[in-house]
Formats: sequence, C-alpha cells, structure tokens
Amino acid sequence: MTATKGESRAATTPAGGASAQGQPSPGAARASGATDSPGAARASGTTPAARRSHEPAAGTAVAEAVARAQREMLHEGGPARARDGDPARPRERARIGADVVCEAILRQGVDVLFGYPGGVILPLYDVLADHPELRHVLVRHEQGAAHAADGYARASGRVGVCLGTSGPAATNLVTGIANAQLDSIPLVAITGNVPAALIGKDAFQEIDITGITLPMTKHNYLVRDANDLPRVFAEAFHIARTGRPGPVHVDITKDALQQETDAPHPSLEEVIAGLPGFRPNMDGHPRQIKLVAHEIARAKRPIILAGHGILVAGATEELRTLAEQLQIPVAWTLLGIGALDETHPLAYGYMGMHGWKHVNRAIQAADLIIALGMRFDDRVTGNVRSYAPYARIVHVDIDPAEIGKNVAVEVPVVGDVGRVLRALLQQVKPLAPGARAEYLDQLAEWRRESEATSWHGSGAWRDGHLSADFVVSEIGEATNHDATLVADVGQNQMWVARYGGFRRPNSHLSSGGLGTMGYAMPAAMGAALGRPDKETWAICGDGGFQMTMQQLATLVQDRIPVRIALLDNHKLGMIRQWQELFYDRNYHSSHLFGPDYVKLAEAYGIPAWKVRAPDEVRPAIEAARAVDGPALVWFEIAEEQNVFPIMPAGKGLSDLIEKWGGADE
Amino acid sequence: MSPDPNAPAHAAPPARALPGRGEQRRHVLVVIVNNKPGVLNRVASLMRARSFNIETLAVSHLDDPEISRMTVTLRGDDVHVEQATKQLYKLIDVLKVQDVTDEPTVQHELALVKVRATDRTRTELISIVEMYKGRLVDMSPESVIVETTGTEAEVDALIALLRGYGIKEMVRTGTVVMSRGPQSIEEATKR
Repeated sequence: MTATKGESRAATTPAGGASAQGQPSPGAARASGATDSPGAARASGTTPAARRSHEPAAGTAVAEAVARAQREMLHEGGPARARDGDPARPRERARIGADVVCEAILRQGVDVLFGYPGGVILPLYDVLADHPELRHVLVRHEQGAAHAADGYARASGRVGVCLGTSGPAATNLVTGIANAQLDSIPLVAITGNVPAALIGKDAFQEIDITGITLPMTKHNYLVRDANDLPRVFAEAFHIARTGRPGPVHVDITKDALQQETDAPHPSLEEVIAGLPGFRPNMDGHPRQIKLVAHEIARAKRPIILAGHGILVAGATEELRTLAEQLQIPVAWTLLGIGALDETHPLAYGYMGMHGWKHVNRAIQAADLIIALGMRFDDRVTGNVRSYAPYARIVHVDIDPAEIGKNVAVEVPVVGDVGRVLRALLQQVKPLAPGARAEYLDQLAEWRRESEATSWHGSGAWRDGHLSADFVVSEIGEATNHDATLVADVGQNQMWVARYGGFRRPNSHLSSGGLGTMGYAMPAAMGAALGRPDKETWAICGDGGFQMTMQQLATLVQDRIPVRIALLDNHKLGMIRQWQELFYDRNYHSSHLFGPDYVKLAEAYGIPAWKVRAPDEVRPAIEAARAVDGPALVWFEIAEEQNVFPIMPAGKGLSDLIEKWGGADE
Repeated sequence: MSPDPNAPAHAAPPARALPGRGEQRRHVLVVIVNNKPGVLNRVASLMRARSFNIETLAVSHLDDPEISRMTVTLRGDDVHVEQATKQLYKLIDVLKVQDVTDEPTVQHELALVKVRATDRTRTELISIVEMYKGRLVDMSPESVIVETTGTEAEVDALIALLRGYGIKEMVRTGTVVMSRGPQSIEEATKR
C-alpha cells in the first residue's frame, strides 16, 4: 500500500493544477493563494478596522469550526496521529469514519474498489492499508474507476464500488455513474467532500456533487456525521442491488471520515425497516400471470424478447425452459445478449436498429410479444407507430414505470422476471413436439435469407483490408465463446453484438443506454477482476480506445490481464457511416489520426501485435492469449466498412437499409 | 404463414397507439414524503427531467414530524400523469403518491391580493369581498389587502372582479387537497 501511495503522488505531481486532485504542492499552493487573503491579513494585523467582515465573529464557535476546517483541508491530515513507523503493522488507534467505509464494503462481499486519491478523501486512503482484504486499484482517471466498477458488477453480479475525491474527481465519475444508471448497474460511488463547515463556501475543490448526481442515481447521500455511515452504506448497497439495480452515490465530508465512531453496522432487516419508501414488487400478480398464460395459449406467432432483466434476475434457466416447453423463439436486446446460448435452436438473434433482418421481420410479423426484462428503447422499436403492428404485448419488468412508458401493452406484469417465469411455468402446458413446425420453419427460412445477403459473413477481406466482423468472430472462436468480451461504442459494438457468438450469461458487456465511448478498456479492467476465472477482452475502435487509453498504465501497475483488440479503421466509423448515409457524405471530423499503437503499448511494457492480413489474425489472438498479463492486438481493418442492416432514425423495423449506393456491404 | 409485413398491404394494420397522446386535463396528486432536507429538490428535479410541468405545488409538515405532504397539480393525459406517479414512487423518499383527480375532494387555495382602494371605491370593494366570503386583513389610504380561500375557480372569480380596481400585488398558495370522507392518505402511509 505504501508503494502505491508513493507512486500515486509521483504520478500526480507533474500533472500540475489541471488534473492533480491531491494535496501535492501545485494544488495546495493554488488553494492557499485563493483563500489565504482574509485569514493572512487578519493574522498579520493589517485589516482596516472599518472594513466589514463576512467572517463569523472571532472567538465564536462558528469561527472556530471554519478555521479548523480550513486548517484540516489545506494542511495534511486532521488531528495528528502518532505513527509507529511500520506501515505493515496495524496502528493502535480508534475506529474512524474511514474505517466504517472499508468495513461496510467488505461486509457486502465486495473485495475490489477502483479509485484515485485526492485532498479530502485522503483520510480513507490513510486507513486502506489497515483493511488488507480490500484491494484498491489505482486508475488513471476517475471515469475509468466508475466504468471499472460497472464492469466488475456486470461480470460478477456483485455491487461495484468506485472512489474519488471532491470536485474534479467527482465530476469525472459522473459519466460512469450515468452509464450505470441507464443500464441498471448496481454501483456505489463514493466521493469525499470538504469539511462540513466549508460546504456551501466554494471551498477548494468543492462542488455540489450530490446536486449533480441527483437525477442520474437511484439515490444519493451527503454524510456529515460518521455515526450515520454504517446505516448509509448498508442502505446504499441494499438500494443499489435490490429491485431494478442502479447506482447510489455517497458523498462524505472529510471531517466525517476522520471522526471517531463506534456506531454498529445495521442488519438487513433494520435497513429494510428504515426504508419504507423502497419496497420493490418482486412477485408478479397471480392474476396477471394467468393472463400471460392465456395470451400464450392463444398465440400462433409468439416471440420472446429477452432483455437485461433476464441476466440481472439470473433467470436464464427459466427463460430456456419456457422457450423449450412452448417452442417460442427468443430474440434479444443489446444488453440481453447471453440470456440464451446463441447456439440454442430457439435462439433467433439480436433485434433493433442494427439487428438481424430476420429478427426484426419476425417481430413485425408476430401476433404476441413476450417482453422479459427489457424496456422498448427507441433503438429496439424504431418508430413506435409501426412497431410490431400485429402483436399483442406482454411486458414483464420489475420497474412499474417501464410499463406503458414507450409502448402501450396489453398485459403488464410487475415483478422479478425470474420469479414471474417460475410462476408462469406452473401455468402453462408444454406443447407437443412439432406443434409450431410451420411457424418455426418460416422463421428458419427467413434466417437463411437474411444470412444469405451480402452484408453477412462478408469474409475476411474487404477491398484488400481486414473485415471487422471476421476479426470479432475469430476472437469469439479462439476464446471458445467463454471469454468476457467488452465492447466499446459504435460500429465495433454492433460487430461484437452480432458476431461475438455469446453462449454464457454476463459474457458480453456493452454500454447500451448511455453509449459511452471509452467504456471498453476500463470496464474490462473491472470485468477481469470480477471474474478472474474468465479471459477478458476489450474490443474497441480507435476512437473509443483513444478516449480512455490512459488506463494502459493501470493494467500494468495493477497487473490486470485484459486483452485489447483494437479495430482501427482510422475513423469514427459509426459517425462516418451516418455521414455517408444521412449527411450526403460530408465527412467532417470523422477521420481520425492515431499513434503507432504497438509502440504505444510497448512504452507501457505491454506486448503488442499489428495485424493486417487474415492469416495473421488467429496467430496474433493466440499470442495475446498466451501473455500472462495485459496484451494488445492492433487490427488494421477496412476504412469504410458499414454496419448493415441499419434502421434509419425515425423509421420502423420494416424499413431497414441493407446496402447503399454501389457499395455492397 | 401470414401476415408477412413485407407482402403488399392488402390490409394494413392500424398504427400502434402511442402512450401519452390522450386528452389533456388537470390532475391533482397528493405525495407523502420523508421530511428530510433535499426531498423537495428530488421531486422538483424529477418532474423537470421527465418534462412534467408542475402548475402548483404546496408543501407542509404534518402532525407526524417525520413526513411531509405535497399537493402537486399538473396538466397531462392520464397515461402521462400515471407515468409521473410511477416515477415519483421510484424516489426512495417518496412514501405514497395518490392521484385524487377523480375522487370527491376538498380543494382549496389561499390568496392575498393587494388592491388599490380610494375613499370612492373602498365601500364597493368591501361589499364584493364580503359577497365572496373573503376578508380584509390590511388597510391603508391607497390600498387594501384581501384574503380569500376557496377552490381555484372561486379565487379566480374574485380576482377577476378585483382586477378592475387595480391589483398591486398578489400571492397564491396553490391548491391543497383532501379527500372527503373518513379515509386518510396519511394513515394509509403509516408503516
């Protein structure tokens, strides 16, 4: 821990004021420059007697509190504590707020947190070494801490925890928190804040961060008293993972972190009793479930739309059983990938804007949609007016606000999709084999047609360059479809979704709702630590990679074995595609310069390979897999490959574009 | 296999209904929340972020110091307002939300109106105010303050009459509402 702290300080110092979030000299100098004038002037006795001061009157309790808080913030530590000189040996000291934070995280079964030290969070870093079971990963930017916690949560099913100081660190976390909010990821984001007496005074690195995170979290807290910390953390974890998961932000003042406390950790029962306003409805209403069974019995062309809720609820077995017993094909959303093994005979494919043509066609022809843990996002429905025109809709979701939000539904069921499916399986009778033969044959024919079109399986070469879908499917094959593949955002994301070939739940991670470029690398760090038993690949475009490639240093320093597949087309590919299709080929700002990525990786000590030809693809992937630690493979792919089909904005699922001009993708 | 959406539309299906495109009307929500700092901000922020336009909002403590009561009036179709109530329920500090629009209720607000009043008009003003069951709570050589309570329509009616004399200043509390009969949303909220 000492080594980490030393290096972190070294890392922040040269960065100067802009990104140094800590107490090192540049920041501290600026801070005292900004705030010292009244205090210093008064101390030296030069204040003109007539000048009216807004400071609290000297000698009052308020003045003392402000002065103490300023002292504690601007100078190291709070009350000085004797050190015995051996950092490995736990110090004899009282339990303080910062200890409570560590204990609370460990009590929740979380063993890793991703963070970056800074001024007011230092009391927490001061005690981390006393809680050696808790591993701290020092990221290179706080956005990466939030994404890493997100990836940890998605891959492991536990709550992810990230950590930053006040001000710029807190605002850097915001993108990652928003990403978790839109994708319903259980996250606890911890920030420090200035001492309570300085709140609202525009103190150094103070920003109203709870005001900022309020609309993008499930709940947030500002804690000023260490005695509240056990309850707040128990509530935060409970809220983050219960019902529809989501991020919870806990902002803690520096003095609360330093305050001595013996407050006990509450039991789960006490937490639940203390949250009368948070009682998610877990069991679907029996009457509604009976109605679902009736709808299914009547339907001739039913289709299941499996969403993220299946994975969150751990209901993949129930989904498979339902599909098999009733012979209903299963389509999935972007975040529903992995809900059903893609090689299963009833697994029909990925739906929506860049979904398979046959899948969208089946949805448009269906007479019953059974939507399980998905939310009819606009990327899934396109124009709602023409969406699934023949279908009645059954919608199962744990969040009542999702029912009827985007599309009107015939049978709503509010509940945990796993529990609802278990109850539903009691109500339905398995179909005789072949009962839906005609329907399933039709779907199979559509699939064959769809797969025969030119954009599918285009082969390894495209105009003398590597084709991206080939590279992605090779990674899937090489890793035996068991690795965790983390997509970035853009064309690469769609290629991963369609060609990764996913067979295991939670093996596909993607930033769905927020569409955060730069997600893949930091999220893969979290995924690799959340599921160390699985190989982890980050699959990025050159745009997204350049947004968060500072985390290469994290991979090395914290020895995180992430393999990076960089699909480099020297373009912001999806932007370029939209410009080609919808903006009259006005390619503004979509061409992208990039460095020599092999040299870049090697500068960090990461083994790297450059691949330009199909026969080099598999050997490079295998070479990267053989590395004990992080590795990078730089694939130079075709510059102008489009993702087809594509549903233009505002159009419906029947209006897919499959090729463009002469370019037959 | 039929119907195939790619086949000629011999019987084009009707367009799917969009939620929230129905008849707009005024809704009254009673929201019981934890009496904690920041809860009003959470409610207001949610309504803003989801594009629900609050018409009036009244907040007060209750007999139980742990909870507060908000009366929110907003315009929208029934589906839109139902969406607002569901989103409100997702706030941890919101304990109960009830749309009392279609229930028998008492809905009152209070207004203070400072009206120009001269010796010539004062008597006339007083009789109007009395007729509308308002009262004068302040008087000066040039103005009076009229206090009135009643439904939004009753308050509107009095204000329309006062407008002729010249309204210098006005404040309205916004509607507060209570269901008629013995049932109590506050008791229903108790854990």
